[in-house]
Amino acid sequence: MAQAPMRTKRKNPILRTPQPTLPPHARSRAALGLTAAAARGALELQVCRDCGAAQYPPREVCRECLSSRLMWGPHNGQGQLLTETVLRSAQELYFREHLPWRIGIVRLDGGATLVAYVHEGIGPAPCRVRVEAALDRAGEAVLVAVPPDKRTNFSADPKLREMTCDPQARKILVTDSKSAIGQAVVRALAAAGAEMIWVGEAEPWKKVAGTATLRDLPQVTAVPLDVTDSHSVRELAGEIGAKVDILVNTADCHRTLTIGARGALDTAQLEMDVNYFGLLRLAREFAPLLKARAADGPESSVAWVNVLSIFALSNYPPHGTYSASKAAALSLSQALRADLYTAGVRLINLFPGPVDDEWDQLEMPPKLSPNALAAAVVDALRGSMEDVYPGEVAQDWLARHRDNAKALERELSEGSR
Amino acid sequence: MKAVAKKRKTKVTPKRTNKKAHRTIAKTTARAATDHLREWLQMLAASPRLRLVDLTQTLSPDFPPIVLPPEMGQSRPFRMEQISRYDENGPAWYWNNVSFGEHTGTHFDAPIHWISGRDLPNNSVDALPVEHFIAPACVVDCSAEARADADFLLTVEHIQAWEQRHGRIAAGSWVLMRTDWSKRSDPVAYQNLDDTGQHTPGPDPACVRFLVTARNVLGFGTETIGTDAGQAAHFKPPYPCHYYMHGAGKYGLQCLCNLDLLPPTGALIVAAPLKILQGSGSPLRVFGLVPTRRRG
Repeated sequence: MAQAPMRTKRKNPILRTPQPTLPPHARSRAALGLTAAAARGALELQVCRDCGAAQYPPREVCRECLSSRLMWGPHNGQGQLLTETVLRSAQELYFREHLPWRIGIVRLDGGATLVAYVHEGIGPAPCRVRVEAALDRAGEAVLVAVPPDKRTNFSADPKLREMTCDPQARKILVTDSKSAIGQAVVRALAAAGAEMIWVGEAEPWKKVAGTATLRDLPQVTAVPLDVTDSHSVRELAGEIGAKVDILVNTADCHRTLTIGARGALDTAQLEMDVNYFGLLRLAREFAPLLKARAADGPESSVAWVNVLSIFALSNYPPHGTYSASKAAALSLSQALRADLYTAGVRLINLFPGPVDDEWDQLEMPPKLSPNALAAAVVDALRGSMEDVYPGEVAQDWLARHRDNAKALERELSEGSR
Repeated sequence: MKAVAKKRKTKVTPKRTNKKAHRTIAKTTARAATDHLREWLQMLAASPRLRLVDLTQTLSPDFPPIVLPPEMGQSRPFRMEQISRYDENGPAWYWNNVSFGEHTGTHFDAPIHWISGRDLPNNSVDALPVEHFIAPACVVDCSAEARADADFLLTVEHIQAWEQRHGRIAAGSWVLMRTDWSKRSDPVAYQNLDDTGQHTPGPDPACVRFLVTARNVLGFGTETIGTDAGQAAHFKPPYPCHYYMHGAGKYGLQCLCNLDLLPPTGALIVAAPLKILQGSGSPLRVFGLVPTRRRG
C-alpha cells in the first residue's frame, strides 16, 4: 500500500512571502577545494606532499613546512568536540533568521582544528564526533559535527535540514514519467513522503506499461508536458510552477548512434532537443518560480535534479551523439546552478553509468537498475551534495576522469575500433 | 572492383515501373485536368451560390504525428518559437520560426514519398504539374462503417455501390474517404494505438488497385494519419495505398477534416503543396468549392 501523502499547513495568502537570504559565501580559491569535495559528499583536507601534514583552514602553503605542494586528500572526519556554544546574535541576515544555532570547535584526529555546526544528537562537549562536509544554501562547504558511529540524518535536525532538500512533505514535478527511470523516481519520491507529485507525460497517445498504475498513487497527478515544445513547458509552468518545490528532470532521449550512422544528424537533433534544449526550456520557465519561493516556510522550493549520464564527462563513441547532448546539458546545468544558488536553490546532477533499460541493452553489466538510480535521487535530496555518481561504473569512470581525463578518452575510443 | 560490379548490377536490374507509360498517363491526366477545370469552373460560376469549406486541421504542437518505432527516423511534430512580438527583438512586428516534418498535420504526399514512385518523372512537390492542384472530389461516406469498426477497410464493392448512386468516378478526381475520424479531437482517440499498433480505417489493396488502374484517379485522401489503414503494415503489399498510388504517380492527402460538409460529387478541391525542392510532401491549406442551390 502506498504511504498516505503528507499534508503541510497551508500558507496565509495575506502575508508577504519571505525572500531568500544566503549564508556568507565568499571563499578563497584555496578554500573552494573543500566545496569541490563536499559537492561529491566527501570530506577532504589539504595535505602537504612534502611533510604529510593535514591542515585546516585551506591555505596557499603548508603551515608546518611552508611547502606550496599541497593536495586534497580524504579524511575520515573522526575527532573530538572540544567545546560548544549556541549562537544567539548575528549581523548576517541569514543567521539572524535562523538563530539560535549550535556551533563547536573540533580537533580532528591528526591535528587540524576547526569550527563546525553541531548536530543536535551529540554533546555535551567534550565527546567523540565525526565531521562531515555539507553544502549550505549558498552551495558552499560547511563542516558539521555528527555522532561518530551512527548514520546521520540531517533532515531530522531542525537547523541541519537547511543543508538538505528532503522530499518529505514537498511538492515535486517529475518531468517524464514514461521511462523506467521516471517511473522508479516517482515511486521512490512517493515512498519518501512527497506531498504531491506531478508527473509529466509527453505524447499521450503512446501508452507505456506502468504509467496507469503510477496514477493510482494518491500523491500523483499526471500533467501534459513535452520538453521539446516551448508552449507545453510554458503552459505547465503557468499552471503549477508556483507550487513546485523540487523539479526532477528525467526527460531523456537516448539513441545509440555513432556520429557517422545514417540518420544520425536528425536523431542527434532530437537528442539535443530533449536533453539540452528541453533543460533550457524548463530552466527558462521554472527556475524563476523556484527562486521566488526559496524561503517560503519549512516546505519551500529547494532543489532541481537532473538525471544526466556519466557519458557527459567523456564521450562514449558508440553512443556518440547522446554523450555530446549530455555534455551540453551538463554545461548548461552549471549556468542554471549558478542562477539557482543566488536564491539558495540547489541543483543536483546525477551521472549514472549504463542503466538497465532498452537503450543500454547491448552494454555489458554491471548496469544500474532504475530503482537504484531512483534511490540515489532520494538519497541526494536527503543528503547534502550536488554531484552524484551512482553505481560501480559511474564511480570507476569518475575516478579515472579525475585521475587522467585524456587517458579515459583514449580508452573509450579504443572500444569502438 | 567489387563496388563497380555492384553498381553495374543495379543498373541492369529492371525498374518496377514503366516510365514511358507513366509519362503518357500523366500527360493525358494533366490535359484532362485543365479541360475539366474549365468545365467545372463554369459549373461553379453557373451555380447560384458557392460554399467554401476548409478541409484543413490547424497546425499546432499538440497535433499528433505518425508513430514509428523509436529506433527509426522520426517525423518532427509542429513546433513554433517566437522571434519577436512587438518587443526589443522586433519592436513593431510579431513573427515566429516554425519547424515540422513534411508529413505533419493536413498534408500532401507526392509520388517520391514511396519507394514505388521514386523513379517517376516530376515526382516531388516542386515538380508536380500545377494543374493538378485544383481537381474534383468524389467523397465516399464511410462514417457509419468507421464508427462501427476502427479497422474498417474500403473495398471495390463499396466503390461500385457508391458509383451506382453517384456515377462513375471521373479520371483525375480525388477520391476522399469520409470517416468522420477528424471529429476525434482527443489526440489519443485520433491515434487509436494499442499494443498491436494503430487502428484506423483505410482502403484495402484491391480497392487501391481498382482506383489506380480502372479509374485513373488523381489521388486518395483520408481524415486519418496516413492514406493507408492503421494496420496496413501487415497488408500485401504493406501500405498498399502508398505503394500503388505513388507507384502510379498519384497523390495522397491526409489528416483532412470537414469531409462531411462536402457533397458526394460536384465539389472542387484546391490542394497545392509547398514548393519544396525535392520535397516528398508538405503541410498545406486544403479547401473545397461547393456549388449549392438557392434556398427555397
